[in-house]
Amino acid sequence: MVLLTRKIEFSASHRYNNPAMSEEENRRVFGKCNNPHGHGHNYTLEVTVAGEPDPVTGMVVDLADLKKILEQEVMRRMDHRHLNFEVPELAGQIPTCENVARVIWSLLEPKIPQGRLHRVRLYESPDLFADCYRNGAGRNESAS
Amino acid sequence: MTAAHGGLKIELGRRYRFAASHRLHSAQLSDAENARIYGKCNNACGHGHNYVVEISVSGDVDPATGMIANLADLDDFVQREVLEPFDHRSLNDEVELFQAEVPTTENLCIEIYRRLRAFPTAKLERVRIEETPNNSFEFAGDGIASASDGAL
Repeated sequence: MVLLTRKIEFSASHRYNNPAMSEEENRRVFGKCNNPHGHGHNYTLEVTVAGEPDPVTGMVVDLADLKKILEQEVMRRMDHRHLNFEVPELAGQIPTCENVARVIWSLLEPKIPQGRLHRVRLYESPDLFADCYRNGAGRNESAS
Repeated sequence: MTAAHGGLKIELGRRYRFAASHRLHSAQLSDAENARIYGKCNNACGHGHNYVVEISVSGDVDPATGMIANLADLDDFVQREVLEPFDHRSLNDEVELFQAEVPTTENLCIEIYRRLRAFPTAKLERVRIEETPNNSFEFAGDGIASASDGAL
């Protein structure tokens, strides 16, 4: 198995607020991420596809296809958008790194034309990121 | 802990920094052997690094908060268990373990894993340390139970 990773960057705004909790509770749990006017990040997304290189092309997945899918599924949906208001897949969820990574996984997984999606890593900042794997394929587990 | 996400495993990664000095020197080796094996890292007066500690934790994403673990809780825990005792310290002189063990970054990974595995609200998956931008080390707890395994 060979892993291929493509990296893209997008910028988006968000706010952490759970309407089921009081204002004080939201402020306590989410801190400055609860700022009523929102804030934003430069996100870095790493998408890893696993597979055997095609014997004819030598590719795990055609990078041109992968770039197109990332453009359609992620960039058009999320780049320069407000994640709370403009991304229907995140409706009703707090747009944390964990949840955004999970939504990106579910958008990409059915679209990967060759190989299979192995990992989605989303950096909200250089020091904070979320990883999403299919159960059993994580770093501490044997790849199956 | 991972069944709730439609067969997906989600991990939260966080990077921290501390600066510390160390000296690689084994009491079990002669001075000549120490000098040969550790090279300039055996310098008698020590030297230091800006360490980057990258940790990953896993668990269920709480639907109310969207989080595996509250970052403030995680930051406080790492601050107390690792950054305060290690930052701007001599690892050999001020961390008890390294009075007996050589403070290589391999051993530092294991020690930091041991200190952080008790984090109560998520499972520690691994500790990865960059000793310099070119050298990194990783430990995923082989042979050590984490708090959420129920083995402690």
